[in-house]
Amino acid sequence: MTALPSRRDEDWRYSDIGAVARVWPVAPEVITVAPGTSAAQMVADDAAPGSATIRQFDITIGAGASLAFHIIAASGAYGRVALDVSLHEGARLDLGGIIIAGGEQVLEIVTTVRHLGPGATSRQVVRAIAGGTASATYLGKVAVAREGQQTDAAQSFKALLLDRGATANAKPELEIFADDVKCAHGATVGELDKTALFYLQSRGLPPAEAQALLMRAFLSDALESVVDEAAREAAEARVTALLA
Amino acid sequence: MLIIDNLHASVDAPGGAKPILKGLSLTVNAGEVHAIMGPNGAGKSTLSYVLAGRAGYEVTGGSVTFMGQDLLALEPHERAAAGVFLGLQYPVEIPGVSNLMFLRTALNAQRTLRGEKEASGAEFMKLAKAAAEDLGLPYDMLKRSVNQGFSGGEKKRNEMVQMALLEPKLAVLDETDSGLDIDALRVVSEGINRMRSPDRATLLITHYQRLLDYVVPDYVHVLVDGRIVRTGGPELAHVLETDGYAAIAA
Repeated sequence: MTALPSRRDEDWRYSDIGAVARVWPVAPEVITVAPGTSAAQMVADDAAPGSATIRQFDITIGAGASLAFHIIAASGAYGRVALDVSLHEGARLDLGGIIIAGGEQVLEIVTTVRHLGPGATSRQVVRAIAGGTASATYLGKVAVAREGQQTDAAQSFKALLLDRGATANAKPELEIFADDVKCAHGATVGELDKTALFYLQSRGLPPAEAQALLMRAFLSDALESVVDEAAREAAEARVTALLA
Repeated sequence: MLIIDNLHASVDAPGGAKPILKGLSLTVNAGEVHAIMGPNGAGKSTLSYVLAGRAGYEVTGGSVTFMGQDLLALEPHERAAAGVFLGLQYPVEIPGVSNLMFLRTALNAQRTLRGEKEASGAEFMKLAKAAAEDLGLPYDMLKRSVNQGFSGGEKKRNEMVQMALLEPKLAVLDETDSGLDIDALRVVSEGINRMRSPDRATLLITHYQRLLDYVVPDYVHVLVDGRIVRTGGPELAHVLETDGYAAIAA
């Protein structure tokens, strides 16, 4: 797939194709988690303002293995992190994604999770905040093969819009060929809770601090699955700095 | 301490601003406890929100002076730092923010605004533990998200823990007694009584006389249709309980 995508492609319909063209084609990064082992990956790009970045990960999680994959997307004019994950028997994926988009940023997380063997589990939790005229997108596809009985897949996407011009796009997609599976998905888009903001201010928090506290709490769901405590604290500190 | 003079205020409502407070005047001196009673829709909650500075409540006339300052000119967080505390009728749940973090952030934000030194971790923990213990809120609940999954009584106790920790000059307690069973009412009342001191004042907003058996006010005011129509001592609450608001307002 070296042809430049167009917005007619479902997976690219919210993308900034002009920015995509600047970095196309993209060489996938390959991650293989050996059977019975566990691994963790944190993608927190520090892209230059105005830049375009696409990272494509082709991931295989072996039988009984697990991967915790976390994304903090907040930088550059256009950013896309795409995952194509194959889960074998009894494997587990925990994906936590955070998007913080402001100005005219276009930031995307796009996943395809393939349950190839039986009894695999996938958990995807993506939280997005968009302000200005930015757009935050999560496209999540779960494909369960005929052999993927007892698949347990869940996707949760929540977005907060700070300004009228901001956009959040969410599209869960299920393709299921097995008959004994659990595939849950949910998506909500809302605003900051004004009552909670007032409550915090009435206790002495300046408006900006109250807002940052609520946004940090909202995003923290996506970091719950970071196994290593030091890594989670570092990620939370990064998010706090991004919101300041 | 608090001088409310001929206060008029409206609430944003579908179809335009709706006048609620229509010339309310009230003076509260340091050391006093005032109870404001009144029927539904009289403006009790509006008064508390106007004092705290909530958006959507517009002052259209009159003034509020708090310790010599124009209270209405201050932002909500500045009012808190100046010493105004609003105990909410329906305390808000904030998922993902622990009580301890919330309390510490609030305490230090107020201290910073007042130009005071922030509390150290150790000092804060001591204050928080003492406040929770005094009000019968298990310390473990302070580690949980603010009010999330708390019962009605626990939420109100949590409000009192915040009040004890933040040590306001003026506590405005909006129906703190609603939704409490007898035991919780007693604990919360003790919390309020413990805060009574010659340099603090309390404004108790309530529907029922029951709370006033535990927290005996210096004055009772009857608020009807946005105005105080009668003022008396604690005995006025009993008259209201017997005769109802209609008889007083007439």
